[in-house]
Amino acid sequence: MEDNHANPGGAAHGSLRQYTIGLILSIVLTAIPFGLVMTGVQASLMVFTLIILCAIAQIFVQLVFFLHMSMESEQIWNTTSAVFIVLIVAILVLGSIWIMQHLNHNMLMGH
Amino acid sequence: MANNATIITDPDPIFGRLTLDSIPYHDPIILTTFLVAVMVGVGVVGAILYYGKLKYLWDEWLTSVDHKKIGIMYIIAAFIMLIRGFSDALLMRTQQVMAVSEVEGLGYLPPEHYDQIFTAHGVIMIFFVAMPLIVGLMNIVVPLQIGARDVAFPFLNSLSFWLFVVGTLLINASLYIGEFASTGWLAYPPLSGLEYSPWVGVDYWLWALQISGIGTLLSGVNFFVTIIRMRAPGMTLMKMPVFTWTSLCANVLIILAFPILTVTITLLTLDRYIGTHFFTNDFGGNQMMYVNLIWAWGHPEVYILILPAFGVFSEVTATFSRKRLFGYTSLVWATACIMFLSFIVWLHHFFTMGAGANVNAFFGIATMVISIPTGVKIFNWLFTMYKGRVVYDSPMWWTVAFLLVFTIGGMTGVMLAIPAANFVLHNSLFLVAHFHNVIIGGALFGYFAGLTYWFPKATGFKLDETLGKWACALWTVGFFFAFMPLYALGFMGMTRRLSYYDNPAWNTWLLIAGAGALIILSAICVQLYQIFASIRDRKQNRDVTGDPWNARTLEWMTASPPPFYNFAVLPTVHDRDEFHYQKENGLAYQIPERYKKIHMPKNTWAGIVIAGFSLIMGFAMVWHIWWMAIVGAVGMLVSYIVYTFERNKDYFVPVETVEKIENKRYERMQKQTNKDAFDNDEITAMPA
Repeated sequence: MEDNHANPGGAAHGSLRQYTIGLILSIVLTAIPFGLVMTGVQASLMVFTLIILCAIAQIFVQLVFFLHMSMESEQIWNTTSAVFIVLIVAILVLGSIWIMQHLNHNMLMGH
Repeated sequence: MANNATIITDPDPIFGRLTLDSIPYHDPIILTTFLVAVMVGVGVVGAILYYGKLKYLWDEWLTSVDHKKIGIMYIIAAFIMLIRGFSDALLMRTQQVMAVSEVEGLGYLPPEHYDQIFTAHGVIMIFFVAMPLIVGLMNIVVPLQIGARDVAFPFLNSLSFWLFVVGTLLINASLYIGEFASTGWLAYPPLSGLEYSPWVGVDYWLWALQISGIGTLLSGVNFFVTIIRMRAPGMTLMKMPVFTWTSLCANVLIILAFPILTVTITLLTLDRYIGTHFFTNDFGGNQMMYVNLIWAWGHPEVYILILPAFGVFSEVTATFSRKRLFGYTSLVWATACIMFLSFIVWLHHFFTMGAGANVNAFFGIATMVISIPTGVKIFNWLFTMYKGRVVYDSPMWWTVAFLLVFTIGGMTGVMLAIPAANFVLHNSLFLVAHFHNVIIGGALFGYFAGLTYWFPKATGFKLDETLGKWACALWTVGFFFAFMPLYALGFMGMTRRLSYYDNPAWNTWLLIAGAGALIILSAICVQLYQIFASIRDRKQNRDVTGDPWNARTLEWMTASPPPFYNFAVLPTVHDRDEFHYQKENGLAYQIPERYKKIHMPKNTWAGIVIAGFSLIMGFAMVWHIWWMAIVGAVGMLVSYIVYTFERNKDYFVPVETVEKIENKRYERMQKQTNKDAFDNDEITAMPA
C-alpha cells in the first residue's frame, strides 16, 4: 500500500525465548508470595515487603516480556507514554491521598 | 431508607418516570422557545425533503468519515449551541439587573429556573461550544498540516462526533421534557445526590456528559495516534507545525484526564441509581472525594481548551508577520511544561474547602509556576511580531485582542492562586470574571482567529474581512463592559449564582455588565451576518490558489477546499515551514509527472446508528424506562458487531479520477493568473 495509514510500527512481537523466560519468571514470582501465604509463615514486615516486591517485579516482567517495552527506538513511544502515564497516575493517587488526609483532619471527619 | 423507597416504588414499567406533567407547558418562556424550536425544526426538515436533499445529506455528510466534513459539522453544532448558551447568559444578566430587592422586584425568573439556567450555561459553553469548536478545528486542520489523507481511525472519528451530538440532544431535550440540573456546572454532591436533587435534572447532566465525554476520549486517542504515526515523510517532531504540537499536547491531556471524568460520573450515577454511597454524607461516603476527582479532570480540561488556541495564535502570528515564528523550540517546550503542570494544580479550585497550609502552599506555588511557560508564549508572539511586516487581517485582530484581554485574565489568575487572597475571592464574581477573562479572551478568541484563518481552507472562500473586524472589535469592547464590573462586584462581596440580592450598590455595576452582554450580542449577530454575507458573496471571495494568506504550513499547499484525499501526492518535508520553503525554492504548485491510485476509507452508517442507540439508552436511563434502556444498549452492541463483519471498508481512488480533479485545480489557477496579469496590464496602462 502506498498509503501512510497502515505502517505497523509500535506493535512488536517477541521471540519464543522471550515468552518462555517471561512465563517462567512470572510463575516463580507468583509462586513465592502464594507459598508464603499458604504455608502460614508468621505475618511480619519481612513477609509483607517480600510480597510487595514480588508484585512490583511481576509488573515489570509482564511489561518487558509480554508487552515488549524497551528503550529501542521502535518501542520508545510505548515506553515513554507508559512512564508518563505511571507518573501522572502516581501524582493523582498520592496527591488525592494527601489532600483527603488533610481534609479529614481539618474537617474532623469521623470524629 | 428514603433512597431505596424511591427506587422501589419508582417507575411505571412502560413510561418510567415520564408523565405528561414532565413537560413544562405552563412556563411561557419555555413554551415560546419550544414552539420556535419546533417551527425551525419542521422548517429545516421540510426544506430538506422539499428539495429532495435527504439522500445527499445522508451520503455526503451524516455518514461521512472525511475529517474535513466532520470538522465542519462540529463547528456548525458549536455555533448552534453558542446561541443557546448565550441566551442563557442574557437571561441571567437581565435577571440580575432587575432583581434588585424585595421592594423593587425579584426579576422574572423563579430561583429554581435561574439555577437551571446558570448550570446549563456553564455546561453548554464548556462541553458543547468550546470542546466542539476545538475538536472541529483539529479535525479540519491537523491531518492537512501533517500531510495525511485522513485520521488514523476514520470510523471512530465519525462515532466521536455523533456521540457528541447525542450529548447536545440530551441537554436540549432537558429544556422541554423534565428539567435540567440546578446544581452548578460540576454538580457537586450532596446537592447533586438523590436526597437533594430527586428528579431528572442531574440525570440529564450525567448522561449528556457521559456519552459526549466518551466521544471526546475516542477523539483524543484518534488524534494522538494520527499525529504520532501519520506525519508526512521528513516531518520529525521538531518540524511539526505549532498547532499540531499544541493539539498533540491537548490530546495527551484528553487521554489522561477524561477517564477521571468518566469514572467520577459513573460513581455519582451509581449513587443515584442503585443506592451506593461513594459521595453521600453517610455510610462511609465522602463528597469531598467527588470535588477532588472532578477537579483532577477539570483542571487539565481548561488546558485542553486553551492549548490548541495557543497553537492557532502561533500560526496566525507567523503568517501575518511574514516571519518565522520566534523561538519555536521554547514554545514547544512551554506547551509540554504546561501539559505536565496542569496535572499538579487541581486543588486551587478548592483552596477554601478544608486543606491545610502545606497543601495550599504547594498547589498555590504550582499554580503560579504555570504562568511562567504561559508568559514565555506571550513573548514568543510579541517577538514574532517585532520587526515583522504585520498584516492586520481579521485573524490578526483576534490575536491582538487576545494578547490584551488574556494577559489581564492571567494576572487575576495569579491573584487567585494566592491561597490567602483566594479565601476572600473564592466563589465571588471576581472568580467568574477571571475565568471568563481567560476562556473568552484566550480560548474563544483563539477559536475565532482559527475559524477566520482556516475558513477559506475548509470552504474555498474567505469570510468577509470588514465584518470580521467589526465582530472582533465588538466582542472585545463588549467583553470589557460585561466582565470588568464583575471584578469590582467581587471585591464588593457579591457571590456568584445569585438569583436576587438586596444591596442597591451592586445594581449600577450589574447594569454596565448587562450593557456589555448586549454589545456581545451585537458581536454575535455580526458574526452570523458575516457568515451569511460571505456565503452570498462567495464568488468574489473565492480562494483559487489554496493559499489565500500567503501562509507557511502544509495545509495551504493543497486546493481550497481540499479534494477528499487531501494530497494527490504526499509531500516530503524539508523544513518547519514547509510550504514557505517550497514557495521560496520554486517547488510549490508543481504538477507531478504521474499520479498513483489512492487508498481511502469508505463512508459508514455505523457511527450515526450506534450514537442513535446511545441516545435512546441515555434518554431511557434519565427517565428510568428500563426496557428502552436495554433496547438502546443492545442496539449499540449489535450494530457495532454488524459493522465489524462488514468487509468493504476501504477502496482505491483510480488514477484517472485523481488526475481529473487535480487538472481542474491547475486549470482554475492558470485562468486566475491570466486574469490577474490582464488586470495588472490595465492598471499599469492607465496613466499613459
